[in-house]
Amino acid sequence: MRTHTSTDARGRQTGRRHPLASIALITIGLLSTGGAYALMTTTASAETSVATQQSVNEGQKIFAANCATCHGMTASGTKDGPSLYGVGAASVDFQMGTGRMPLAYQGPQGAQKPLQFTQEQIDDVAAYIASLAPGPAVPDEKYLAGDADVALGGQLFRTNCAMCHNVAGAGGALTEGKFAPSLKGVEARHIYEAMVTGPQNMPVFSDSNLSPQDKADIISFLKFQNQHASPGGVDLGGLGPVSEGLFIWIFGLGAIVGVTIWITARPN
Amino acid sequence: MAQHDGDKATAAGSELEAVSPRTVSTGTAVATTGGAFENPGMPPHSPRATDLDPRKDKTAERRVGLLFLFSIVGSVFAIVAYIIFPIVPGDLSSVRVNNMLLGVGISVALLAIGLGAIYWAKNLMKDGEWEEHRHPTRGSEDTRAAAVEVFTLGNEESGFGRRSLIRNSLIGALVVSPLPAVVMFRDLAPAADPVALLKETLWEKDVRLMRDPANTPVKASEVTLGSVFQIIPENLAGREDFLEQKAKAAVLLMRLKPEDLHVSPERADWNYQGIVAYSKICTHVGCPVALAEQHTHHLLCPCHQSQFDISHEAKVIFGPAKRPLPQLPITVDAQGYLVARSGFHEPVGPSFWERS
Repeated sequence: MRTHTSTDARGRQTGRRHPLASIALITIGLLSTGGAYALMTTTASAETSVATQQSVNEGQKIFAANCATCHGMTASGTKDGPSLYGVGAASVDFQMGTGRMPLAYQGPQGAQKPLQFTQEQIDDVAAYIASLAPGPAVPDEKYLAGDADVALGGQLFRTNCAMCHNVAGAGGALTEGKFAPSLKGVEARHIYEAMVTGPQNMPVFSDSNLSPQDKADIISFLKFQNQHASPGGVDLGGLGPVSEGLFIWIFGLGAIVGVTIWITARPN
Repeated sequence: MAQHDGDKATAAGSELEAVSPRTVSTGTAVATTGGAFENPGMPPHSPRATDLDPRKDKTAERRVGLLFLFSIVGSVFAIVAYIIFPIVPGDLSSVRVNNMLLGVGISVALLAIGLGAIYWAKNLMKDGEWEEHRHPTRGSEDTRAAAVEVFTLGNEESGFGRRSLIRNSLIGALVVSPLPAVVMFRDLAPAADPVALLKETLWEKDVRLMRDPANTPVKASEVTLGSVFQIIPENLAGREDFLEQKAKAAVLLMRLKPEDLHVSPERADWNYQGIVAYSKICTHVGCPVALAEQHTHHLLCPCHQSQFDISHEAKVIFGPAKRPLPQLPITVDAQGYLVARSGFHEPVGPSFWERS
């Protein structure tokens, strides 16, 4: 059983709250008090969910049809899949929003696939899972804009992320078939959710470790890297000495061999 | 002495002369005594197309000229590009464009000169084969005798062999003269005992565990399950030898479920409610081991794929590392912040001669 991480306590003030939100919040509050409270390690805000009861119901149907085989009809987990109590909407949005869930097969690591659901359906399932027990919510837009401190973000990235995801965010190998994926072109929302929830074998970087502002800095750094070409020219995937060495051995030495043959060949 | 050596060398040399008559290229003078292999000489000369056809000669000439002109174009291009696409301070992509265009221009300029010169030499310069014999390594008898004479005369005139006081004191002076350099270079080593430096880190009792790079203390309650914190000691900030000390003191903080931890009795109080701290410096060659897997509790070193199992006190489960990562005993202080219970109980990082 996992302990979930803290959520964004400051919440959203962006006026996106649905008219029925208060009713839904009361319902969810009633449902999730009790046993769920014991799972908490930090305060989960009531803003965890802005879902309506209708959305929750819809999500439950999608869940029962697509996810319950492994996660169980009540999302309490089976031997094939973990319990989803307390994983929060962020986890659902990440796993389904990047096409990792539903899983194609059991393996070392869930692979990214083409999306199986619309964003609306994913939001419904997220609302359903969030209604079971409080957990990290989908992040606030203000942390995803990519306008925070790029330099600090780079420092945080190199300290906390670069050993697995590579200094250039190109990804890298882990043990026994697992790997840290490339971060090029990953949506800011999914990067944030991955940090908060720790999908697969990635550690959790909760708000008590990297504050939401720290996460925004990291996202800004990654966006900056995505948008700005490598100042050193072609980066050959940013994989480091292996790809660079291979390139120079094949093309550099190849060119030298070719020129040498041309120099020493007799003209006709 | 020299005379004697000379005699022997002469004998050997004359033998070589005997087996290698001067009529044959000395470059092939190996085992020709049997006479089974004859020097085939030069292959027949075949003239080039440019030698036979004046029009092709003219074409080749134009090509060489064109390559040299191309080189001029490259140089001018480099200058123009450098002016038109300047480096704008703060804009990294301008550096890239500027460097690339400048590099392309200069490369074209130099490469075209080289290719032109080679094409010129291959197609237009005089085309004929001739051989150049190697000189024998050994000098002539006269030269050798003259050299010996010069040395003997020098010895007689200076009295180097006869005046033993001068000779021996000179040898002594030459032997002693490099010693200042030796003493000077010895001083480049660390002033303190390097063995002691390798054995201790900044960690000691009640030093707080701080987040890297924010340098803020960590409460035990903030370390949630599955988290990994990158930790530096509290007393690191502001030090002049910040990087040297950080390289030894970097620590990885993780929280496991207490039932997942297999703790040996002597380390029973080294973790705090499942929160464990291990040195981040690999015991193989000192890379930072920080590739943490949340569910397997394995740490992977990216350099040589050593794997450490955090649930079993960081024991080595794969790879070239021989010792587990040293554990930092931790506890909490009165305010609930994580602090070191003591320093590391063994030297961190790779082995060294005096480690024991």
